[in-house]
Amino acid sequence: MNVWNRNVSETQIKFKDRLWLYIVALFVLFLLIVPSLVVIPMSFSASQYLEFPPKELSLRWYEAYFFSSADTGLGFNDWMGATWTSVKVAVLTIFVATPVGTMAAYGLINSSSRVRGILFPVMISPMMVPIILVAIGLFYFFVQFKMVNSILGLVLGHSLVAMPLVLIIVLSALRNYDMNQEKVARSLGASRLRAFFEITLPQIRFSIISACLISFLTSFDEVIIALFVSGGDNSTITRAMFLALRDQIDPTIAAISTVLIIISTGLLLLSQMFGQKKD
Amino acid sequence: MSFVEENLNESLLKKLDRKENYTLFGLTLPYLLLIFFLIIIPVGWLFYMSFIGRDGSLSMENYMRMWKSKAYMRIFITTFKISFLTTLICALLGYPLTYFMSQLSNRWANICLIGVLIPFWTSLLVRTYAWLVLLQRKGLINNLGLDLGIISEPIKFVHNTSGTLIGMAHIMLPFLILPLYANMKAIDKDCLKAAANLGATPTRAFWTVFFPLSIPGLLAGLLIVFVICLGFYVTPAVLGGGKVIMAAMKISANIELYFSWGAASALGVVLLVVTMIILYIASKLVSIDQVGASK
Repeated sequence: MNVWNRNVSETQIKFKDRLWLYIVALFVLFLLIVPSLVVIPMSFSASQYLEFPPKELSLRWYEAYFFSSADTGLGFNDWMGATWTSVKVAVLTIFVATPVGTMAAYGLINSSSRVRGILFPVMISPMMVPIILVAIGLFYFFVQFKMVNSILGLVLGHSLVAMPLVLIIVLSALRNYDMNQEKVARSLGASRLRAFFEITLPQIRFSIISACLISFLTSFDEVIIALFVSGGDNSTITRAMFLALRDQIDPTIAAISTVLIIISTGLLLLSQMFGQKKD
Repeated sequence: MSFVEENLNESLLKKLDRKENYTLFGLTLPYLLLIFFLIIIPVGWLFYMSFIGRDGSLSMENYMRMWKSKAYMRIFITTFKISFLTTLICALLGYPLTYFMSQLSNRWANICLIGVLIPFWTSLLVRTYAWLVLLQRKGLINNLGLDLGIISEPIKFVHNTSGTLIGMAHIMLPFLILPLYANMKAIDKDCLKAAANLGATPTRAFWTVFFPLSIPGLLAGLLIVFVICLGFYVTPAVLGGGKVIMAAMKISANIELYFSWGAASALGVVLLVVTMIILYIASKLVSIDQVGASK
């Protein structure tokens, strides 16, 4: 039997009869992955205009990204400054969202299912309320406490969005973990804290690492909250990019986008690596 | 004596039990406080603001204006139309790919899954920008069309509805694929074998067995895509070029341009209520953490 007539499913459909499915599926996969990559060749173009393929190559847009300290006139400092703000906020978000989310997941998994049923929907509410509403609500709230344009405000806003993701990841790890192990440790005299750090944590560490990566990325990519609660010298890179995109097509954005794609793909592969090692 | 001891023991156990509950509650407290201060109070305040009229008194003014105004009606219609069409495109593109993935061996399915996750993890702004580059008048797609002689003059893709739809469908597709994939993987393959064994053709087995079993996942994905689309801001703002005004953009404009918190809040409340109703339906169909867990 050759390839064409090979059976490829439970219902014994032939490969050749299913060829269209393979073509459609690969085409959709192509549509998913390839369009974003167009920014990579663009970023090496020497031209001001976005021509494809670039006629001449240069690194001028990377230069503009990394070394230009000129005022962009868009209400943020400069690209590098905005990038550092984003990195700072994203790292701080890890340190807020991951512990808070993990503690809550631990609390939930050991509570009765009735309590869990009430608290869980409340806890994932940041995922359900339209983000624009969260953003203007936070804007109002931060105005009262003079926290607009502050790093703290951004970190709190981004943690809010990242926490439900941490909660869901850690909860699913704890579901596959036998809590009785901790009980054994405690009955042998360990305190709850010690039992958690020495018995439970090592066994769910890969999920915690992925929760950290996701917290970082969620904050780093977040646009709308940043648009409302950040500004001036504390603009994030996403806010700066959005403002620049709305007003002009600056090829510097292609260079920044390339860097962002490398960062997010790197983080994804990292998290997949940790994900493969099942907790 | 023994009676007293028993009692002591019982009260001690109760005390420990209570302490245990307090500890667990204490652990969730920081999370709940953040939710309380950063979601419940601000959104509650917006809710209150939506009932405050221009003169500062309690009124339905903001809602009445929205109900009567043609401009708002247009925004609602645009928002629903764009969300509906995006969802439809996602379903038509996403279902075949997900079905294909569900038929592969684990190894290949995981590779495809990474292909779905890469755009999921790539910044929304980057993807929107990429489409701006691809679709513009002198962009790659128009140039390719011209070179191949498919089109005689550049088609206007960006700064209109079609650009917005293309960009949004690309961004939302993973949100449809991930819950659907989880659902399809859980379908018992033996059902299909049984169908084949009983004489069903592959096509018939698909339509009478597989497809109905995949409907909960499909519906969950569709509803999630639809809901996220309703609140979309960045992509229509950039690819719509000011010609496609969706609810979230109007909310933002009300605040940034007109400082009109009442109008913005009222629109926000409507958006929230519609979202909650749809999510409630979705939660009846499939557990909500199937979606987030895959990110």
